[in-house]
Amino acid sequence: MRYHPHTPEDVRAMLDAVGAKSLDDLFRSIPEPLRLKRPVDVPPALDEIALFAELGRLAARNDVSHPPFAGAGCYPHHVPPAVDQLLLRGEFFTAYTPYQPEVSQGTLQALFEWQTFVCLLTGLDVSNASMYDGATATAEAALMATRVTGRKQLVVSAALHPEYRKVLATYLRSTHDELAVVPFGADGRIDLAALEKAVGPDTACVIVGWPNFLGVVEPLPEIARIAKRAGALTVTATAEAVSLGLLQAPGALGADVAVGTFQSFGNPMSFGGPAPGFFATREANVRQMPGRICGATLDKHGRRGFVLTLSTREQHIRREKATSNICTNSGLCALAATIHLALLGRAGLAQLARLNHARARLLRAAMERAGCPPVFSGPFFNEQVFDVGDAEAVVARLAKRGLVAGAPLARWYPEHPKAKGALLCVATELHGEELIDLFARSVRA
Amino acid sequence: MTNPTGWKPSMEQDARPGPGLDGAPGAGGATRGLVHEEQLLFERGSTGRCGVSLPKVPPGQEPKDLPKELVREGVDGLPEISELEVIRHFTRISSWNHGIDTGFYPLGSCTMKYNPKSSEALARLPGFANVHPLAPAELCQGALELMWHLERALSEIAGLDATALSPAAGAHGELCGLMVIRAHHESKGNPRRRVLLPDTAHGTNPASAALNGYEVQQLASNPDGRLHPEAVRAAMTEDVAAIMLTNPNTLGIFETHIREIADIVHAKGGLVYADGANMNALLGVARPGDMGVDVIQYNLHKTFATPHGGGGPGSGPVAVKASLAPFLPLPVVVKEGDAYRLVTDPRERPRSVGRLREFWGNFAMFVRAWALIREYGPEGVAQTGKLAVLNANYVRARLAGTFNLPYETDSLHEVVFDDKLQKANGVTTMDVAKRLIDHGFHPPTIYFPLVVAGALMIEPTETESKETLDRFVAAMQAIAEEAKADPDALHAAPTRPFRARLDETRAARKPVLRWRPGMKVE
Repeated sequence: MRYHPHTPEDVRAMLDAVGAKSLDDLFRSIPEPLRLKRPVDVPPALDEIALFAELGRLAARNDVSHPPFAGAGCYPHHVPPAVDQLLLRGEFFTAYTPYQPEVSQGTLQALFEWQTFVCLLTGLDVSNASMYDGATATAEAALMATRVTGRKQLVVSAALHPEYRKVLATYLRSTHDELAVVPFGADGRIDLAALEKAVGPDTACVIVGWPNFLGVVEPLPEIARIAKRAGALTVTATAEAVSLGLLQAPGALGADVAVGTFQSFGNPMSFGGPAPGFFATREANVRQMPGRICGATLDKHGRRGFVLTLSTREQHIRREKATSNICTNSGLCALAATIHLALLGRAGLAQLARLNHARARLLRAAMERAGCPPVFSGPFFNEQVFDVGDAEAVVARLAKRGLVAGAPLARWYPEHPKAKGALLCVATELHGEELIDLFARSVRA
Repeated sequence: MTNPTGWKPSMEQDARPGPGLDGAPGAGGATRGLVHEEQLLFERGSTGRCGVSLPKVPPGQEPKDLPKELVREGVDGLPEISELEVIRHFTRISSWNHGIDTGFYPLGSCTMKYNPKSSEALARLPGFANVHPLAPAELCQGALELMWHLERALSEIAGLDATALSPAAGAHGELCGLMVIRAHHESKGNPRRRVLLPDTAHGTNPASAALNGYEVQQLASNPDGRLHPEAVRAAMTEDVAAIMLTNPNTLGIFETHIREIADIVHAKGGLVYADGANMNALLGVARPGDMGVDVIQYNLHKTFATPHGGGGPGSGPVAVKASLAPFLPLPVVVKEGDAYRLVTDPRERPRSVGRLREFWGNFAMFVRAWALIREYGPEGVAQTGKLAVLNANYVRARLAGTFNLPYETDSLHEVVFDDKLQKANGVTTMDVAKRLIDHGFHPPTIYFPLVVAGALMIEPTETESKETLDRFVAAMQAIAEEAKADPDALHAAPTRPFRARLDETRAARKPVLRWRPGMKVE
């Protein structure tokens, strides 16, 4: 076993130093009846060549020959090879949480840069060192809102990502906070009149997608005004972070908390995980934020350096009174996003976001030509819902051609009058004009 | 060719690490290297530079259809840097880090074992990296098959019946496990109120219990470092939902009374949760399910060597007894004939606690963990546990006497010393930790577990050779000597890294948590 450096002589010498006769002797503190008397039942060991053959066999059973037209919270984007070259530096990926700052300045400076990117893109003051994903970040935002406001009702848009809503509901099962859902209108935007009615003196926050699950850009300034009048926080959840290169920063439009995932920057889809959840808010809430936070300081010679800070909020100090139980987060995924954002920079991000929007308009035109009109009339970024007749049938048919056609909306909104035909599709920089045309024609074929 | 400068490199084998180091390499081989200062990304670059190559937006396709007030021209403050500058930036700052690939990382309870490079390569196969989570089942059979096999293997290794793969990390697994426990009690009509926790628990345990709406009741361990049945019996009522313990515990000591404790808890209808952070000690040797444990979370980033990545991502699958399987979160993978399918519809699993994260879990970590389990095979799994325990016991035997051992009880995969012997000279655990850095070693976990004042918690893992452990022992011995001869020099440690003794009080008092134009740290 190449990962076990011990020669029989080493084992002998080490056992002698310990004063044990055999390796089994080292386990005498485990009562005999509790010991396993047989080998564990896992498949026999493989050498590296056989290992690559076996996992290669599994990888080949996944058809990834075309970029998917499904987004719905996980997006196909180009990742420049420079990102992975840097991620593979062992100094980054084999390091632990930077609790010893002298030997972790690389991780810490990168986290400080990540936090800055999150703040710049969201237009908010402070951010943390990452969360598990967009869904748990949304749940943590809701819990923070209840702590900050002392209120117990959470108002969410029906067009907030359904998986985020489900995770939020799971987290709330033991806190007994109340969840109210506000419907969306024919344009795919939140029903503002219903929102007015839903918020009240016990509302901790209003949570909307930015853009929402239907791909539609919400009237955020109006939403934030309604929430603010009721003394509630406004929380935005962004699953497609490339949109932040074109859409106004949620913080600039009145959001108090912005969460979501930066998967779109530097992280492959990997069947849905891992990806870097993010969490940003206003300065006033910093001591109620969950998770690790990196801060700048000076060392004993007065040189700038970075440390994990404000840890009195966290579980290893505050234990059951911590703001969250999160410990390990998504550090390496956050690093991937940081590197990708550094490469993109101001001009690259603006170009990437506009390109995505342009491709989505190409898709819209092609789908309209194919007789599949958009279902919602509201403004969009790179995702849209089209009426394709029978969405599940289209998905099944195109799967036979190795194509992921989209996300049938009926899986999450079975009661919606147009659910049967509604297919949520994305177009990104990976979907060229020819592929888009081919796709639109195949949908109706 | 002759050497024009006459300079000769000093060889590592010549290292004579003595008190104060005197410029000699540390026992771990550390010297001063060439290290670059490096600004923040936001403090460099020049207008107009860019590090990506993308298709142009065709003319006439600018976004005119979006409401003006919802659009921005560009994000102010973003850097403008070329690709080479980005590469140098991250390459340089990476050199300020200590990683497992740099040197020994004996961080207790973190299981910093070698991260196989094959696993990295395999997780990057396009067939794994480029699968969309909503791909129709026929387009992702390989991903589902891998998850199915991993689920079976993790259940078997834990001696339990079913495993949910989706939790994102250890603490998320704890949260999940407690939700399952809560759902079980609710199905019997009463969620119960309290969770029992020994004083050796990980900090995430009480936080996870509280997040689940449970009150925490702490139990004192005995002077032998173990939780004794009497303490559990006295605390156990029908109001207690579960006991959460770590086995071996955070002192590296096996909870010998686990079976009896489990019986006491079960007799009152409670459940036993085991924190699997220390599973490396038991691999192939003993199984929590055979000890009366009902629920355990794995940390794949510990036990199965998926990389820690500077703080994540982790992966925290939760294994349970058959009676609790209906409560596990969705999704689960099922095998029907030769085909695999994800169960995501709660109507198929009406008692499930629900969804804990988006999609199906940290799949890229499943690939790495499965690759390692395949490479281990049954013998490799068991040998891993045994050699991990051998390494810890070797360090313990070599350092006993030089450092105080607060608990004489047998150690498994990790050993806890303290600074009692060094304190006589005013030298603390913090000084020892910082001097280890000068030697080229990452410090152990310090000041944890809380039951030991000035704890130094050492977990070598099985991937370290005897020579590495010998060099670590030599460093610890040199530091103990230095503590007697020149304690002030130790207070000045570390002297070799790029930054020394960063001011954490200043960071917390005047938080600077992001770059802004003209940023100053004062």
